[in-house]
Amino acid sequence: MLESAASGLRLLGERVIDGIVRLGYGSRFFVLVLLRSATSFRRFQLTLREIYFAGVLSLVIIIVSGVFVGMVLGLQGYDTLQRYGSSESVGSLVALSLVRELGPVVAALLFAGRAGSAITAEIGLMKATEQLQAMEMMAVDPIARVVGPRFWGGVLSMPLLAALFSIVGIFGGYLVVVVTIGVDSGAWWSQMQSAVDFRDDIVNGVIKSFVFGVAVTAIAVFEGYDAPPTAEGVSHATTRTVVTSSLAILGLDFVLTAFMFMGD
Amino acid sequence: MSKATLDLWVGIFVALGLGALVLLALKVSNASTSFRPDKEYTVSAEFQNIGSLKAGAPVRSAGVMVGRVESISFDTAKYVARIVLKIDERYPFPKDTTAAVLTSGLLGEQYVGLEAGGDDQRLKDGDVIRLTQSAVVLEKLIGQVLFDKAQEGGSKQ
Repeated sequence: MLESAASGLRLLGERVIDGIVRLGYGSRFFVLVLLRSATSFRRFQLTLREIYFAGVLSLVIIIVSGVFVGMVLGLQGYDTLQRYGSSESVGSLVALSLVRELGPVVAALLFAGRAGSAITAEIGLMKATEQLQAMEMMAVDPIARVVGPRFWGGVLSMPLLAALFSIVGIFGGYLVVVVTIGVDSGAWWSQMQSAVDFRDDIVNGVIKSFVFGVAVTAIAVFEGYDAPPTAEGVSHATTRTVVTSSLAILGLDFVLTAFMFMGD
Repeated sequence: MSKATLDLWVGIFVALGLGALVLLALKVSNASTSFRPDKEYTVSAEFQNIGSLKAGAPVRSAGVMVGRVESISFDTAKYVARIVLKIDERYPFPKDTTAAVLTSGLLGEQYVGLEAGGDDQRLKDGDVIRLTQSAVVLEKLIGQVLFDKAQEGGSKQ
């Protein structure tokens, strides 16, 4: 009895210590990536390649989901607001929810699934096939050459993807609410402009998506670099990237929202 | 993939992203229409009750936005609310201007309405608006109506 309780506690302690060690290792890795990111900008072609893989190839999923999220928001918002006779405010509802929350958060979640997992799998496989060690043998720093460009490519792509998601979502809402249902288009835009503040909403949304970009790509490159060099290890690392970064996005979103919109 | 196609695609992506940001700023938000005067002057006013007026609320005259509420504080010497208004310098107001806390729509946001008087002297930076009219508090209004009704009923008997 006492023995099993002790072993249970020991297991718990081991888990906690492992988690903390991993967190510390991850933070040191993150700092190392930042310190060695000069290469990513001196040889910008490397980063451009990663912007292509992380950003350009995510365009389709971001744009399609943006249109549908906007259309659903428009439909649901119209359905509820018209009961109170204020269907003209659908525009501000759609724009505010997209610019403040859904744009950065959903774009970041999609980005974690689409690009984060790819980054982890790629780096993990490079490690499993000993390409990273080969680089070190040739006195090429794999963190500067492989990890840095992927990190910065993701960080630079994320705000652009989130902005695209928001604007495409607003367009989708416009299609449903103005073109199909027939709410006045002047009311749609003017209500939106009076409700959305540039500093408070747009800039904060961009800051959010930047933070999410840093979180997702930092987790993705760390998981890849840290993955056990086996097929199973890489697959687990890829799964962990998606799970951890999705949770990180939602947690960070709560913290950022609390700071940004509860200030006054 | 050749360098030229890759550059082209990244160029298209960045242009799209920046275009989306510009569109968000100009078409969706109030950046193009928001109120940012070059020069403004500061006046203050004392109110018995400002309702739920907040710092940053608009100051309107005849429905046109002429300034913003800069700050709100409580004066413990007189037990009144003291608000500081920043008004665009293009809009001078006479000294006997009346300030009132009004509500846009039935339950909309509260703002400060200015009604110009007939004085030929202008309000200057740091002046105090003397004539003020407090916010209408809905509960007090309802209380008043109920009280009047009760009195009516009493006098009939």
